[in-house]
Amino acid sequence: MTATESPATEEPTEPVDPNEVKVTINGHDVSARKGELIIAAAERTGTYIPRFCYHERMSSVGMCRMCLCEVDTGRGPALTPTCMFPVAPGMVINTESPVAKAAQAGIIELLLANHPLDCPVCDKGGECPLQDQAVSHGPGESRFVEEKRHYEKPIPISDLVFLDRERCILCDRCTRFADEVAGDPLISFTHRGNETQVLTFPNEPFVSYFSGNTVQICPVGALTASPYRFKARPWDLEEAHSTCTTCAVGCQTVVQSSRDELLRYQGYDSEAVNWGWLCDRGRFNFEAPNSDQRLGTPAVKSADGTGLVEASWSEAITKAAALIKTALDTDGPTGIGIIGGARGSNEDAYAWARFARTVLHTDNVDAQLLDGLSPAVLTLPRATINDAAAATTVVLLCGDLKEELPVLFLRLRDAADKRGVKVLEFTPKSTGMTKYSWRSVNYLSGGQARIVRDTIAQADVAEQLAKGPVVIVAGTANLAESDQFQIDALAALLDAAPTATVLPAFRRGNVVGALQLGLTPATDGMHTDDILTAAAEGRLALLILLGADPLSDFPDTTLATRAFAGARSIIAIDTFVNHSSQHADVVLAAAGYGEKRGYTTNIEGRVVPLAQKVTAHGTSRPDWMIAGDLARALGAQWSLDSVDAITDAIATNVAAYAGATREALAEATDGVLAVPESSSALETSGAEVPMSSGYNFKLVVGRKLYDQAISTQLSHSLAGLTPGAKLHLHSLDLDRLGGPGAPLKVTSKTASVVLTSVADDGVPRGAAWVEFNQSNINIAALLDAASPATDVRVETVS
Amino acid sequence: MSESSATTSARPRRRVVNLPAHVGPTRASAYVCEAVSCLSMQSHDVLLGLGERVAAAGLTDVEVKRVGCLGLCAAGPLVQIPETGELFAHVVPDNLGGIVEALAAAVPGGERVPEAPFFSRQLRIVTENSGRIDPESLEDYVASGGYQALRTVLSTMTPAEVRDEIARSGLRGRGGAGYPTGLKWNTVAKAIGSPKYVICNADEGDPGAFMDRSVLESDPYRVLEGMAIAAYAVGASIGYVYCRAEYPLAVSRLHKAIQAAGRSNYLGASMLDTEFSFEVDIRQGAGAFVCGEETALIASLEGGRGTPRTRPPYPAVAGLWHQPTLINNVETFANVAPIIRKGGSWFAGLGTATSKGTKVFALAGRVVNTGLIEVPMGTTLREIVFDIGGGIVDGRAFKAVQTGGPSGGCIPSEFLDMGVDYESLIGVGSFMGSGGMIVMDETSCMVDVARYFMDFCREESCGKCVPCRVGTTQLFMLLERITTGEATMDDLAQMERLGHMVQRTSLCGLGQGAPNPIFSTLRYFRDEYVAHIVDRVCPAGVCSIEPAPVST
Repeated sequence: MTATESPATEEPTEPVDPNEVKVTINGHDVSARKGELIIAAAERTGTYIPRFCYHERMSSVGMCRMCLCEVDTGRGPALTPTCMFPVAPGMVINTESPVAKAAQAGIIELLLANHPLDCPVCDKGGECPLQDQAVSHGPGESRFVEEKRHYEKPIPISDLVFLDRERCILCDRCTRFADEVAGDPLISFTHRGNETQVLTFPNEPFVSYFSGNTVQICPVGALTASPYRFKARPWDLEEAHSTCTTCAVGCQTVVQSSRDELLRYQGYDSEAVNWGWLCDRGRFNFEAPNSDQRLGTPAVKSADGTGLVEASWSEAITKAAALIKTALDTDGPTGIGIIGGARGSNEDAYAWARFARTVLHTDNVDAQLLDGLSPAVLTLPRATINDAAAATTVVLLCGDLKEELPVLFLRLRDAADKRGVKVLEFTPKSTGMTKYSWRSVNYLSGGQARIVRDTIAQADVAEQLAKGPVVIVAGTANLAESDQFQIDALAALLDAAPTATVLPAFRRGNVVGALQLGLTPATDGMHTDDILTAAAEGRLALLILLGADPLSDFPDTTLATRAFAGARSIIAIDTFVNHSSQHADVVLAAAGYGEKRGYTTNIEGRVVPLAQKVTAHGTSRPDWMIAGDLARALGAQWSLDSVDAITDAIATNVAAYAGATREALAEATDGVLAVPESSSALETSGAEVPMSSGYNFKLVVGRKLYDQAISTQLSHSLAGLTPGAKLHLHSLDLDRLGGPGAPLKVTSKTASVVLTSVADDGVPRGAAWVEFNQSNINIAALLDAASPATDVRVETVS
Repeated sequence: MSESSATTSARPRRRVVNLPAHVGPTRASAYVCEAVSCLSMQSHDVLLGLGERVAAAGLTDVEVKRVGCLGLCAAGPLVQIPETGELFAHVVPDNLGGIVEALAAAVPGGERVPEAPFFSRQLRIVTENSGRIDPESLEDYVASGGYQALRTVLSTMTPAEVRDEIARSGLRGRGGAGYPTGLKWNTVAKAIGSPKYVICNADEGDPGAFMDRSVLESDPYRVLEGMAIAAYAVGASIGYVYCRAEYPLAVSRLHKAIQAAGRSNYLGASMLDTEFSFEVDIRQGAGAFVCGEETALIASLEGGRGTPRTRPPYPAVAGLWHQPTLINNVETFANVAPIIRKGGSWFAGLGTATSKGTKVFALAGRVVNTGLIEVPMGTTLREIVFDIGGGIVDGRAFKAVQTGGPSGGCIPSEFLDMGVDYESLIGVGSFMGSGGMIVMDETSCMVDVARYFMDFCREESCGKCVPCRVGTTQLFMLLERITTGEATMDDLAQMERLGHMVQRTSLCGLGQGAPNPIFSTLRYFRDEYVAHIVDRVCPAGVCSIEPAPVST
């Protein structure tokens, strides 16, 4: 090269990626990313480094020493824990040098020195990282003949999880998960040296909504979950990628079965949604589909009208079609109401929406049971979970996410705790997010809009909201009040932060899909409360329950009961005979979770797959097929005859789902977003309801993760975890009423109940908080769907 | 023994010393050692008794004073008359007549050290005040030159100049690894983050080592002064002394020193009327050896389980609460003030080419003069053991000296003429460590010594990483088999192989150093291992091995 040449201008140099770090792994040049750990860079580029303690979703601790490799940073090769060090330019990594292999083999040998080698009776055997890596990286034999450590064989550390300390290799994964991810640091290392063990604290079991994750990430069989213990061997399991529909977060799962029985759900690491985590309710409720109480055949009301008797499908469909025909004849389309549809697939929802509109010609369809916000929220600019986790400010205007959408709680907890996202919470009672919030503001039922306006007027809050992206998580926080209050508060927030996006905290599995696909009044149809009122007043000829159980779930038991008495006929499509469907004239057996394929839509509008893993129970059929059966029995035109046909029809006919074609869905790694175009502003009322005279508390009814939901109650491992309903009052309020523990009488204008009281300073003074849908008390009896808020009188029992 | 303990219990325990002040200039003084080992031999009663006897004898120009460690712990309780250099050993509270007579006869003539080689061969920098000042008296410390260095630093030197002076001195970390102190201070000074912390590592845990305890008990202000200078040099404002709770006297003296220094503006806000502020607090460890490892110490200080973590990042960059943190050992800080007072070049003129200054050793084991000594780097083992230490007890044969604690090694007699410094010790398979020096004679079984140290490491392993947690236990079990005569030569090979694996793969120094006693005893005393295994005999007669069954 001569001095006159100017290579910088003559030759176009390759664009340099500032985030690229060039390293050598086992002699190959590899492009790693800035800040990437060696172990991760190696794995991403095809070199697996053995590991036990390293987990990509948790902080590295470098304690198992299994990932030691020879790394040369210019000062000669040195054994380096590759999970602790990020790549650096020019690094030469050798994962298979004799020194590295000897170190890895030595670690395996030491781990096996104390491991019981009871693989033949261990649930992990066959999918065990220790077993696998002992084969792939171990010395093949042990030279240790000394006695192993001995501990009492599995000890229960919670209602769901057993710990076998002999198998434990002390990798710190479960304890780190409990502390870092779940925020429930209830398991910890105790003792030290060779006596180190994982244990709970005395008299404090590992009570966590997320305990099942520790079982999944345990690299040995030390942690096992009671619902799966000794149920199957891994090599007998078949699996399919699916989505959990226990709530609407849309956690990605792997559904596993053996001999046509669902046996386990495992979390699947979706970058966009759940990062591999599941809540225990979603993970362990596979017991419900296997329950012997499942409805396997249709049933019709017995001749004497006292109960249900099994029927053939043709008999049941004929009877149901006859009831529909009668209803249409007597009252016309407006005399029919359809409630439910939030538990099925997108295809089920779309088929039923089409059935309602084109066969029944009714607009009286509602997937919600007066327990969610107006579907108008779904037309606001939508945020994804990752948007929220990366926002500057997250405003929570919703129920307790830890109870309602647990994995969303995990993601937001992570964002707030580790990523500096500021959380501003508006809540009627402290929640799981309160301690991670930058600011948590309580309000009394009905006062939220005013409190929101007052709060965002404060200089520091206004400044925080102006700093960067704002995501508002909007949902129902109180089943004892009208959703209009939350809508008013949401509108006030959107006024202050007009560029904010909204993540709807809707709860039921596919409620977003159901609402977006038409299971909500499009024009002047009736919502669930109006349908039930019409039924109660004798104005409803036919009530169709699409997997809905208003007698359990509708927040006004009086109205629901009157509606069931007043409805002239009832058709239920359900997987179980429940409180509501037992009153039906015809019950059509529906296929359940894992028994039908299709797609579901999560709170973000993400369309994600549902897998069919087992044969549908008995002769049960998917909802979409039942819609077709009924349509044909009614002599209507019907073309939605396969899941694929309906998926295609959705993509063709529903604007928001235009991108969710079968081809796109098949290729997408994290689903396809289907969000309706943003439309008009929210309808606000501005009303605030004063306390009615004679009452002294505003009632707040909130949800707990474990309640009387049938999928929980028929999962025997979970059924006992329901906390029961208690009356939560601020301790100063409770002092006046005789202190905690005392039974107190709670009277609303519709009913009164007696509840045990507990002091809870997370409840603001003047509010009374009670768990919804618990076995000991039916709090919904106190609620009145027609009242915007529920005032109660709390008094000592005389 | 039972008699004297009965009399002790009748007397008040640790009455506050406020002896009648003598009038006029001091003609003679009696320095009564009140460090822990003499205290445990009733030196406090000696102090009180001596005060009474001196007063009764009407010696108004005699001062009776509590001082820190006089060094010759084996001969405690000790009383010294500095004017004459007379040292009274094994003093009994009921027999103080000789001391009073000597005090009455003493002629003032400057300070003299006792003439025995134990004292004359030492060079005292760190322990210059030990046995000379009242450790609980700030006035005494100031009167002996204390806080001159801090005053100089705060009034005339920039932080960079202080760091340069320390770098010039060649001072290396006295905790054992010998990292250049000036380099560490510079790293912390340049690290980005605020606040910065200074931590004094007083979690001395090596078996047989008590240098740091003695310094803290004898001269606590010196450590605080060193920390304050360090804090100024690196830009720190908060300091912690992490001291093991097994040192209650050190903790209490340090606590009093912090309070007194704070009252006199030697600590706290706007120290010595400058803009510099520095607070010090004590944190007590709960008896885990591994908490002497700096990252484990920090974890413990933060309230967590005392377990180490991978370095880097080093504490100098991300230490306590992820902030830049300077961690030095007690003895390192104790060297700081003299270096500032006398200059880095002075210090660099002492010792060997690579190891400057002096080193304090706790001399223990089968040596006549057990106690605390300070010698220049490069002093030979022979001088230490035979001149200062007075040779082996009962005239037995020297076998080895163990240095470096559980990560160290045993040095046999062929190296007795080796000068002791960081490099020479590593060269013979041992380690400087914090300064424990255990002398062994022919009655010590080297396999048993290795077994003892492995038992210690196994007990003290925190359990975090696999090689240390499982490996030390397996090594211990192998050593047990050897000492009970159940092992084979294959076991010996297995032990060496496992030792190398533990050394190379462990997370922190505890595990990495744990096999050292095995390696060094194997290096010099392999025949003893073979005797245990093949001949089923313990040459030193320590291990009880069942004789091999006679095969017919």
